[in-house]
Amino acid sequence: MLLKKSALLSVILMVTLMFVFSFSALAQNENEVEIFSWWTGGGEEEGLNALIDVFNENYPNIEVINATVAGGAGANAKAVLKTRMVGGNPPDSFQVHGGAELINTYVETGMMEPITGLLEEWGVKDKFNQQILELSSYEGEIYSIPLNVHRGNVMFSNKQVLAEHNIEPPTDMESFLTVLEELSQTDVVPLALGDTNKWTATHIFETILVAKLGAEGYNGLWNGETAADDPRIREAFVYFDKLMQYVNEDHSALTWQDATQMVRDGEAAFNIMGDWAEGYLKTLGWTPGKQFGWLTVPGTKGTFMVITDTFGLPKGAPHPENAKKWLKTVASLEGQDTFNPIKGSIPARLDADKSKYDVYLTDSMNDFAKNTLTPSIAHGSAAPEGFITALNDNINGLVTTGDIEGSFEEFQKDMAEYVR
Amino acid sequence: MEGFYMKRKHKESLTSLAILSPSIITLAIFVYGFIGRSVQISLLDWDTFTKFIMGAKDYVGLENYIGLFQEERFQTDLWNTLYFTLFFILGCLAIGILLSLILNNKPKGSYFLQNLYLFPMAISFVVTGTVWRWIFSPGRLPNDPRGINLLFERLGLGSLQWGWFTSTFSFLNFNVALIAVIIAAVWQFSGYTMAMWLAGLRGIDQQLIEAARIDGASKWQIFTQILFPIQKPITLSAIIVLAHVSLKAFALIYSMTGSGPNNVTDIPAVYMFEATFRSNRYSTGSAIAIVLLAMVGLLIIPYLVNSFKEE
Repeated sequence: MLLKKSALLSVILMVTLMFVFSFSALAQNENEVEIFSWWTGGGEEEGLNALIDVFNENYPNIEVINATVAGGAGANAKAVLKTRMVGGNPPDSFQVHGGAELINTYVETGMMEPITGLLEEWGVKDKFNQQILELSSYEGEIYSIPLNVHRGNVMFSNKQVLAEHNIEPPTDMESFLTVLEELSQTDVVPLALGDTNKWTATHIFETILVAKLGAEGYNGLWNGETAADDPRIREAFVYFDKLMQYVNEDHSALTWQDATQMVRDGEAAFNIMGDWAEGYLKTLGWTPGKQFGWLTVPGTKGTFMVITDTFGLPKGAPHPENAKKWLKTVASLEGQDTFNPIKGSIPARLDADKSKYDVYLTDSMNDFAKNTLTPSIAHGSAAPEGFITALNDNINGLVTTGDIEGSFEEFQKDMAEYVR
Repeated sequence: MEGFYMKRKHKESLTSLAILSPSIITLAIFVYGFIGRSVQISLLDWDTFTKFIMGAKDYVGLENYIGLFQEERFQTDLWNTLYFTLFFILGCLAIGILLSLILNNKPKGSYFLQNLYLFPMAISFVVTGTVWRWIFSPGRLPNDPRGINLLFERLGLGSLQWGWFTSTFSFLNFNVALIAVIIAAVWQFSGYTMAMWLAGLRGIDQQLIEAARIDGASKWQIFTQILFPIQKPITLSAIIVLAHVSLKAFALIYSMTGSGPNNVTDIPAVYMFEATFRSNRYSTGSAIAIVLLAMVGLLIIPYLVNSFKEE
């Protein structure tokens, strides 16, 4: 009996000790900084590691805890992050898309520290594209630092396929349809799509929405200046529905990489995708301008659909001083020019060294400096997450049913429910 | 003497209570406590992240449930669940029973085959989903078929090619895209029915079957008049287990097809995940969870009551 008791006691003791140690281990080391992101894929992981190297050179005594959660476009990471933030266990700094994803989720709920003062102190505030800082701002304060910029409204083409069929790249929305129609008479797929994860179709739709509404009109949707029942939005649905007649039949079995690969393999002529597809085409062994061409999605010239990854400072971060040092690295020219050429994106600062970037990215940098920026819906910058999933479902249904009126109505309903 | 006995009995029950208490407490908190919490959230209006954080208790009654049942996606989900469960159970029973009848005669290599058929059950749904996704990816017909469509072409069975899980055709609310998922699920779980049946068959007195045979019963008659009635409790248990597996097929669907074009392969569990963790509609997500729980309860509770009575 005595033996049993002591055995029970020792078990209880062990469990208690385990708890105590596991908790104290969390708060033990002062010389570290935990960075949370979903950069685990090709290019982005190397970019992050290079950025961490820059940080380590400047602050050799601080150890970076690289907390990543795999999963395309951060689908899983965002859920994990939310749990940690709500549970009062925030990382020191985390990757978040500028715009609604940051403001709506974490700033309005009072979970972030404003960092306008830091940017001014480091003298870098005016080095950034001011339009992009606005995406990270709420009531006059800046809450995160944009590290990189991707462009959403890009269309990539297989130059050889176009040459073989004597196709000139389209210049406007009408000629785009003509070109697609011509291509549909051949054995190549005119427009490659892989929407097994839904957002890729939304990605096309939002660029069409910009084309029909114009940058001003599109941005007006989010501050209430453009009405949700604007007839031009209906036109966008009509045009999108037309485009869908030229996509590959097995689109719902494919991912965006598969669709880009179709252009690479000469099976498809065009692919509308963010410019991470440029990085992917390069990993597949292609050179921009040589084997593949690019153009802004017809109808969206002068507009830059922006997807930006930013880093901020959560309230209650275990090592706020180290986190500030991390943010300083993110904001620095060295940090931005180290990370972006590897990741295949452009810096959010306008004073970057253009010689480090390839011909496509330099072209994109020029547009970024002078175009009107529009926040992406599909990538979390324009609207709350509730609206994004609702639009994904809506577009996903439209691709199958072609019910334009139903989708237009649903769009208005979701705008009323989630946006204002 | 009497008193000592009582005391000892009392002490014993105390000890067993002490041993059981950790699991009772954790069950109470982590299962029943959280079910209660989900019910509560499903009655609130926490459909944005801000409301969730602020945690204001504004009860809206059954509004979330009513909204849910009016949604087209959720209706599709319920139909998909119904057909998936139905064909999944029928498929597993038919193939599993057939295999067990064959193996019961102990043909050559029956032990090897027995393990072979049971083996898929040891694999996680995610692996099954990933592999069968490759197999059923249709490719671009007719020029560039992939997976099983390519196999059909090589075998000269080109007419059997179709879009599999990308098909959006639906018949009496049955989305034919589900066929691909059902095949994968049946592949994984028919071995389970086989094992259950085989265990039962080996326990049946051979004299019974001999007697029937002497009386001139055909094989089919032996099966329908003797084996099936004797195996009824086993079949029922198998159905219960399979039915609740089918309600939890989240991992299979999620890794194999996702919710599919126009939700042709969507199930409530996938919608629950997306509503809660993708769109911050915590109350809607909780409502789906409770509906799912009710569906499982509908299957399990009569079974539990029945087996309790038997004891």
